Amino acid sequence: MFDFYFHLPLWIRMPAQGLAVILVLFPLAAACSMAERKICAWIQGRPGPNRTIPPWIAWVPVIAPILQHLGVFQLAADGGKFVFKEDPVPGHVNKFYFILSPILAMIPALTTVAIVPFGAYLSEGRLVPIMLANVDIGLLAVFAVSSLGVYSVILAGWASNSKYPFLGSVRASAQLISYELSMTLSVLPVFLWVNAPGGHGTLSLFDVVQSQSQPGFLGGLWFIVFMPLSAFIFLVALFAETNRQPFDMPESEADLVGGFHTEYGAFKWSLFFVAEYCHMIVGSGVFVLLFLGGWNPLPWLPLATVADWLGLAGIPLAMGVLGIVIFLGKVAAFIFFFMWVRWTLPRFRYDQVMKIGWQRLLPLAIANLIFYALAIAVIQK
Amino acid sequence: MSALLFNFLAVFIVACAAGVVLNRNAVASALCLLLSLVGVAGLFVQLDAFLLAALLVFVYAGAVVALFLFIIMLLDMQGGDRKPFTGLTLAAGTLAFLLLAGGVFSFAAHARLPATPAPAQAAGASLQNYAELLFTTYLLPVEVVGFLLLIAMLGVIVLSKKFEPELEPGAGSQKPDVRSQMSDAGNRKPEGSQEIPNHP
Repeated sequence: MFDFYFHLPLWIRMPAQGLAVILVLFPLAAACSMAERKICAWIQGRPGPNRTIPPWIAWVPVIAPILQHLGVFQLAADGGKFVFKEDPVPGHVNKFYFILSPILAMIPALTTVAIVPFGAYLSEGRLVPIMLANVDIGLLAVFAVSSLGVYSVILAGWASNSKYPFLGSVRASAQLISYELSMTLSVLPVFLWVNAPGGHGTLSLFDVVQSQSQPGFLGGLWFIVFMPLSAFIFLVALFAETNRQPFDMPESEADLVGGFHTEYGAFKWSLFFVAEYCHMIVGSGVFVLLFLGGWNPLPWLPLATVADWLGLAGIPLAMGVLGIVIFLGKVAAFIFFFMWVRWTLPRFRYDQVMKIGWQRLLPLAIANLIFYALAIAVIQK
Repeated sequence: MSALLFNFLAVFIVACAAGVVLNRNAVASALCLLLSLVGVAGLFVQLDAFLLAALLVFVYAGAVVALFLFIIMLLDMQGGDRKPFTGLTLAAGTLAFLLLAGGVFSFAAHARLPATPAPAQAAGASLQNYAELLFTTYLLPVEVVGFLLLIAMLGVIVLSKKFEPELEPGAGSQKPDVRSQMSDAGNRKPEGSQEIPNHP
């Protein structure tokens, strides 16, 4: 049914897909920043943003006060402020790299989402993933592209040419590289299980979800139950990789003012901000796909079965939308978890971050890998 | 289209590689290296070796160059105050150039492409092909390289770590953190003189 799209010439499809990424991710990131403010207010027992409203909407009788109290317009006000306020470039910075690094921050943030499947639909009896680029190396491509995100932080701190940003960027480079190791090691058991002997060998995220929607007890089990330690290590590493509290060493405002983005303001600062939320969204998506069954609503209950019950299996569009809604619902829940942790746990000290990464997480990940390599060899015998 | 892309990538890679050598700023050099590696990954993509491309970006562009930058910033290296050429480097450079020119000449004059067309699926194209080759045909080289890396790692630890007798039972458990060790090993300047890296 979507065949007409694939017959379009490449020069139309490429900008269209790029635009789709921006149109999906930017509002999602903006909604995340709004949610963050409301959730933090809720956790701290205060109302949060509840004043902003454009005048022509304030005239609507019942709905306007509700929307005002929810603070949904704060989003637009913030965005407008970032675009229109003065964009300072301090005199002591290295201008080229100073302007380059927010742009660099956006590239990996927007690219990784192309490789993440958002849902699936049935086409002639086969489940087809909804994603922009279905590549065989799936997760490796996500890791490869997102590992480039460290350069924006390093360059921002270095180009700012002052002490706090510099310290923040040195911390960032050490932290991001340290936790990449544990992150990669923690997902290996998942792929050992997915690539059973006789399979075609894949790192695709779609196939990971497929192997969580098989019949049978082990086949329908989500990997978070089957491999809880892997999920936990991946989760901790994900917090560190996205620079979220309790791992936000690069910008810890108590000791580094603002860390790597101290010298930034206005739109350039907001690009860093959007990039961080994009990383969070994509990271949550990858976690949901790897460990929480992707677009399957419940363990042992694949999407295809549910669509069959609802009579949607024959309509690709309806089934696709259902899959996307379930997937995004899980991602939203996971992002709520991110924020919940942020406003609950205190920040680690820098030496604690290094100690957790190298002395706790990495040996744990290696032990976990060896254990599951043996266990999977016995089970799949 | 693909020939055009190849030519563009080839020029891009060589230009970036030249930038690594010619830049006076160490950070800019490292970034040129990064661009050059991304260009090489692009060449791998053109050969349908997506796995190799992703690994190259992940390991070299994502981690190794980031570590280079980390070291450059930590040690506050300043280029440009040395003499560009001494007698020794000039001789070594000439020798290297002659070797390279000889290699390129012999390659251009004598190399022959096989008459049979290349197989449709390159070895690096799919994960399975790649893994199979790695664990059958090339198992010994992989193991040897792994062992070499292990030795190198041990060497670095032995060279950089100071083995001191423990002073007190209480102080023994408190290990110095990595950063102070690294700056001790690499930065001979007295404390407090470390500055933010200068810009060109």
